[in-house]
Amino acid sequence: MDSAPQTPQPPVEFETDPSRYRHWQVSYDGAIARLRMCVDPAASLRPGYELKLNSYDLGVDIELADVVRRLRFEHPEVRVVVLSSGTDNVFCAGANIHMLGMSSHAWKVNFCKFTNETRCEIEDATAFSAQVYIAAANGTCAGGGYELALACQEIYLQDDGNSAVSLPEVPLLAVLPGTGGLTRLVDKRKVRRDRADVFSTTAEGIRGKRAKDWNLVDGVFARSKFEQEVMKRATALATRKVELLPGERKGVSLGPLAPELTPGTRRYRHVELRWSSESRTAELLVRGPGPADVAVVQAGAAAIHDAGDSLWALRAFRELDDALLQLRTNHLDVGLVLLRTAGDPALVVAHDAALWAAREHWFTNEVLRHMARTLRRLDLTSRSFFALGDLNNDQRPAFAGCLLELALAADRFYLLDHPKVQVGTSVLNEGPLPMSHGLTRLHAHLYGEPDKLEALLGHHELRSAEEADDAGLVTVRLDEIDWDDDTRVAIEERASLSPDALTGMEANLRFVGHENETSKIFARLTAWQNWIFIRPNATGPDGALSLYGKPQRPHFDWNRV
Amino acid sequence: MVSTTVDLNAKIPNNVGLSDDVKLQRALETWLPNYLEWWNDMGPTDFADKPVFLRTAVSVDSDGWAHYDHVRMPDYRWGIFLNPRDPETSHIRCGDDAGKAAWTEVPGEHRNALRRIIVTQADTEPASVEQQRLLGHIAPSLYDMRNLFQVNVEEGRHLWAMVYLLHKYFGRDGRDEADELLQRRSGDPDKPRILGAFNQPCDHWLSFFAFTMFTDRDGKYQLAALSQSGFDPLARTTEFMLTEEAHHLFVGETGMDRIIKRSAELQALDPNGDIRRQGGIDFDLIQRTINYWFTYSLDLFGGEISSNAADFFATGLKGRYREDRYDEHKALTGTYRLPVVENGQLGERDVPMRNAMNEVLRDSYVQDCERALRKWNRTLEEAGSPNRLTLPSRRFHRHQGIYADHRFDPVGNLIDSNRYEANQRHWLLTPADNDYLLSIMKPVYEPGKFANWIAPPSKGIEGRPVDFEYVKLHD
Repeated sequence: MDSAPQTPQPPVEFETDPSRYRHWQVSYDGAIARLRMCVDPAASLRPGYELKLNSYDLGVDIELADVVRRLRFEHPEVRVVVLSSGTDNVFCAGANIHMLGMSSHAWKVNFCKFTNETRCEIEDATAFSAQVYIAAANGTCAGGGYELALACQEIYLQDDGNSAVSLPEVPLLAVLPGTGGLTRLVDKRKVRRDRADVFSTTAEGIRGKRAKDWNLVDGVFARSKFEQEVMKRATALATRKVELLPGERKGVSLGPLAPELTPGTRRYRHVELRWSSESRTAELLVRGPGPADVAVVQAGAAAIHDAGDSLWALRAFRELDDALLQLRTNHLDVGLVLLRTAGDPALVVAHDAALWAAREHWFTNEVLRHMARTLRRLDLTSRSFFALGDLNNDQRPAFAGCLLELALAADRFYLLDHPKVQVGTSVLNEGPLPMSHGLTRLHAHLYGEPDKLEALLGHHELRSAEEADDAGLVTVRLDEIDWDDDTRVAIEERASLSPDALTGMEANLRFVGHENETSKIFARLTAWQNWIFIRPNATGPDGALSLYGKPQRPHFDWNRV
Repeated sequence: MVSTTVDLNAKIPNNVGLSDDVKLQRALETWLPNYLEWWNDMGPTDFADKPVFLRTAVSVDSDGWAHYDHVRMPDYRWGIFLNPRDPETSHIRCGDDAGKAAWTEVPGEHRNALRRIIVTQADTEPASVEQQRLLGHIAPSLYDMRNLFQVNVEEGRHLWAMVYLLHKYFGRDGRDEADELLQRRSGDPDKPRILGAFNQPCDHWLSFFAFTMFTDRDGKYQLAALSQSGFDPLARTTEFMLTEEAHHLFVGETGMDRIIKRSAELQALDPNGDIRRQGGIDFDLIQRTINYWFTYSLDLFGGEISSNAADFFATGLKGRYREDRYDEHKALTGTYRLPVVENGQLGERDVPMRNAMNEVLRDSYVQDCERALRKWNRTLEEAGSPNRLTLPSRRFHRHQGIYADHRFDPVGNLIDSNRYEANQRHWLLTPADNDYLLSIMKPVYEPGKFANWIAPPSKGIEGRPVDFEYVKLHD
């Protein structure tokens, strides 16, 4: 099935805005926002399938991600988001099966990863922005539709004798629910695991009282009272007493990033992405804050708020986020990404300290949370990352504080031993930007060397390359004579290894330590779902996913593996 | 009300070995009182104490399946019957396993699909009783009233037939589903019946006849397709149901025919051919009624391109109409050419045959309806009326399937929604139509007398004269 999409398609753009939505309606009424899914069947991202019954593809989810992000930045007055469907009797039928059936493996994996990140972002908004999502399933809620509901804090289902929640992936398609459904069922909602087994193998799902009894939903309401009861609950949540972060609740609009595109490059204000299909590598450069950027942050929370979307920390990380998504989806042949930074590391440390000092303001909080999510997107990108700290075009690297996170997220960190090259940690390396399984990257990096970790915490002075090496931060320290050859060989060697094996190896090594719900979702997606996706029982010529909607019936290889 | 085992077996005529089946007895003991409660709530209860000349199936023998007598409806003996069949001849009739032995128990692999098929069919049976519960009050004759009640009690029995399958073969889930069949209500916004046509109001006799003509005819084709099922008990149950369903179709088809005949007489009678002035039902209104119920009934066959239909056929759960007359039962090759809307234009697309099975069944249904229309038009011709009636296009006024999101005129041309809205009242039943129909439909309870808007039937029931007292209202 790896033949599709067969004709070259335009690259996917992840930036959008409400004026361009095709699939979602958002309305605001004070503290309550209504988010209605109204998927336009004809507006699929790729040709060859129709988005019937509120089913979604990457295009639908790109809009959802945009909605969720804008709600946090642009609508800080919102306390409750009621997610429902604009189509009566169907809440959401999940990911479009015909799209999955005709997509390449890479497309499916990237699609699932992005949708998972959006679901996690919904939970992140509920946890850290006091924006509670409630799913009002005014109709059938199947597969990815139920998983979308599972990402919400509360789920309400219409009780009309027909509307059901279901995860029909196993019995119908011989794959797994792709957006954390199984994990959220037992870990988040704590559905008893034997019941979860029955539920996940019953294609038609469970409705009414039993759905409530099994804690698959939080409540069922009769059709005629559904809207009223859901809004009653939304109002209760919207007026509940929560300690909101201070700061004027005036939204900050997110303007377009408008990168400058030339063949082989994508240039943003602070970020630059270059790629070469020939060498199968890309270079991702992030420029640190300038003195003026630091001055804004040091002027305090109100000045940060006034800076809006031109704030360096917001702009640079939005650009980084977009570049990562570009790499993932539009540059499948790039296996190795060289991470570079440029600027004054001392300014990054000063910037971080000032930003952290203003963390009590709701907007600063959003900026920090957004930085954290972007870095998690980096952790979860299945490419090799080498951070290179050299004097690239005579620019000093700025691997300090929040930009040191790039080096700590990378699989290796090469550092040039030169008086102009310095590295430093800041307060942002010590907790505000955690990985998806909860550890800081610094902690994960020095997992086996607690003394070295301890020695770094709270000491934010810049370190020479040698001191950084001694502190355990550097993979390979090279002087100017060795640099070119050694890095060239390392890069060429990396580019020669199997991309599949590297993806698996890197994912194993990056997430040292314990798991949590989020990391389980991603780990199991990569391990199990992606394995099942390439198994003949799902995607072979006789597989259930390949044959869905076709006249033939699937045939399974009954041997357990 | 608590029944003992002995009571049950005596009360319920059956050929399914109820007296020896503890599991079935247990299920029915709980369900039966709830069923009677439902009948008393939602059935034609205002006539509960009136003896009606009803046909009761007391056995599957040729003299037992149609036993006629005056019975009060609550005393009607709802039975459970399977068509007898030599086990040697029971085989899967279609799909990948065509020719293999039929299943006498539910195969686990197909349990959910079968349950869904049975529940969907079962849900239609009580629904129509609910839709028709008040029609006795405006019956055009005792003959018609009797036919209404015959249809009602047999829809009740068809519910029993489906509930039998749920109780006998689907364990606890089946019992839950059987209970829910008694909880949903036609047209109830909170607990509607599953299928759209069964939630539409049917509040006068023109709709009743159109419903039994068009909607019950869908039932005939669904039952016929299920009678080809590889699940033997379902096949045999539906075969027996089909014998009763034929009467419902007769009521609908002849009822419409008698109205048409009477309208033609009134047309000839009036100097200006004004049927309404003579208190009858004009042909435009009849045409609107045909348009309305025929298209709602088309929806019941499901989507034109359907993976469920392909699955049901491939797994041998549901065949085509008279599957035995086809030479080939796998239908893996071949396509069905379907008119589709693409880029705002009506074009054609070839769909794999299995995915088009709903449409194949719909074809058989439409042909049958066309035959009835030809017959009605012969009635018009014989009566000297210049009017003719037609079936609308199967694309017109659809709520399910590939045409539901587009607008078509009754001939099937793709039109914009403005034109559709502007013409809707010429094409479909309107509230004013219903008001008019209710204004002329006064009850006629004298034996042998008929309302002015309908012609008498050519003969009575089971050899009885037309003026026989089919319902004893004054006993």
